[in-house]
Amino acid sequence: MPPLLRRFLVLCASIFAILTFNFFLFHVIPGDPIRLIARSQRLSPEQVEKLRQAYGLDGSIFSQYLTYLKNLAHGDLGYSFALHENVSDIVGRALLNTLILLTVSTTVVVLLGIIIGVFAGSRQGSTSDSATVVTSLVFWSLPTFWVGMLLVFIFGVWIGGLPISGITTPNAEYQNYFQYIADIARHLILPTLTLALVDIAFFVIITRTSLIEVMSEDYMLTARGKGLSRRTMVWKHATRNALLPVVTASVLYISALVAGAIQVEVVFSWPGMGLLTYNSVLARDYPTLEACFLIISVAVLVANFIADLVYRRLDPRVAVA
Amino acid sequence: MMTFELSASDESTVVQSTGLSAMLRSIWADRLGRVGLILLAVTAVVAIVGPMIFPFDPTDVGSDASTILQPPSSEHWLGTDELGRDVFREFIAGARISLFVGIMATLISTVIGAGIGIVAGYFRGPLDTTLMSATDFFLVIPALPLMIAMGAIFGQNLVIIILVIGLLSWPRTARIVRSQTLSLRQRQYVSRAKSLGASDARIIRRNVAPHVMQLIVANTILVVAGCILAEATLSFIGLGDPDRISWGSMLHFAFVSGAVGLGAWWYFLPPGLGILVVVLGFTLVGHSFERIANPRLKGE
Repeated sequence: MPPLLRRFLVLCASIFAILTFNFFLFHVIPGDPIRLIARSQRLSPEQVEKLRQAYGLDGSIFSQYLTYLKNLAHGDLGYSFALHENVSDIVGRALLNTLILLTVSTTVVVLLGIIIGVFAGSRQGSTSDSATVVTSLVFWSLPTFWVGMLLVFIFGVWIGGLPISGITTPNAEYQNYFQYIADIARHLILPTLTLALVDIAFFVIITRTSLIEVMSEDYMLTARGKGLSRRTMVWKHATRNALLPVVTASVLYISALVAGAIQVEVVFSWPGMGLLTYNSVLARDYPTLEACFLIISVAVLVANFIADLVYRRLDPRVAVA
Repeated sequence: MMTFELSASDESTVVQSTGLSAMLRSIWADRLGRVGLILLAVTAVVAIVGPMIFPFDPTDVGSDASTILQPPSSEHWLGTDELGRDVFREFIAGARISLFVGIMATLISTVIGAGIGIVAGYFRGPLDTTLMSATDFFLVIPALPLMIAMGAIFGQNLVIIILVIGLLSWPRTARIVRSQTLSLRQRQYVSRAKSLGASDARIIRRNVAPHVMQLIVANTILVVAGCILAEATLSFIGLGDPDRISWGSMLHFAFVSGAVGLGAWWYFLPPGLGILVVVLGFTLVGHSFERIANPRLKGE
């Protein structure tokens, strides 16, 4: 079997496993899922009966499972009694906002992380190198949500000047599209800064380790022998080769990124999947919570698959193995 | 058979007894490792002795509005929270809960991870394939959303939180232990024990487990850091045990009561610094231990 096909089948099996796991978690373990839904809102007996039929709860577990899969296939994620809206509509909006946050913050984290990592690694053993390592370990040990709270305190209460909540200024009127984008960008600053402060450490440490290893290779000696400048040696020759392990490790980062984004969205009220998860936990809005869990998990599985494809393209040695 | 038994047990006890004190000494010799040990010792004293000297009474709430969110004073060293309770005493009580949850969850995760890793690596075959597929599955799915979903469904108490974190933190341990077991089972003394008629259970107990121990300990120390952070995050989301306040739940209440916006730094700074000290302590000691246990990492 070609490795690509094999990876794809593993992806499909994993998604199927998540769907089944989710079914047991939200539909079988609580006994009666209607009880979970009704916990958030008082329902009349007629409404309960209607829901019971809609979810196919009058049948056996297996037929319930089929109904559940059929509803999912139709994009039907249920109805949120807390928000009085179809869950799929709510999730659709939140997903877009999360993607904006993730794209911007991941770019910043990866780029800065690699640059700082190369900077430290090429000066192995120096004071600036050990200072970078210690600082990274300290920031990596901080809870993301607490760093966010500190920034809210500093920029919201103490110094002021930066928006600390939401994605746009409430009731703002925009003359043109550019102003609208600029407003979103301003709201992005603190959430991105929070994620960057904590998560950059991950890429700094890995890039540094990988660069130090590359610097001891024979071809680096050759480069030095050719009389290349230190800058060309480090940034052109060494960095390119040091980046492969960084790509591999970024797969491990996806899970940390999701956890960080959830916390940042909560602290800065960024209306994405994380804030939605938080609000549905507080409101005990189980249909929405279930949808958030499903969408985030499937998105992470797909992201892993794509990262794997990219990695195979970058390093043909893996494709052969 | 008799001589084999003696030599095997002698060997493993020697490894373990010189192991532990020598390990502590080498961590102490490492600069960052020493900082980590000091941080952990301070936390341990605060968490164990602290609540005896400064007991926290969660029902000791303020009598009126003038007692809530008060800045530090001689009466309340770290001020009061949104209910007028003493933040200093709450902080010390929280240390105990945060450490307790982190360590218990780690124990569960280590037992599962080490068990799966040893069994998969030792027996190989379809059992290995099945166990490792499950491990990879849990390694890939994002842990926090899953913990949040399970926490929200099973309810908010300390046992559930420990179980949820412990049951979802084992995959990396399983992977590391399995690869070490794979290399161990190729060693000569394992095939010798086998040809002498030792059962699989016996070989695992006598010849495999003692040799993956160092690795498991090093990994466990790092897992504690992750579990403490996981507990803090879950409690911050609002899934903490309402009766047993941890540093994470303190930050939850500080956040939802608007203490940050009101500038009540005495309320939200200490729990975060506490988490930083413990997590950094475990991380430093863990990395130091890992470098000693696995000399190949030293060059890095």
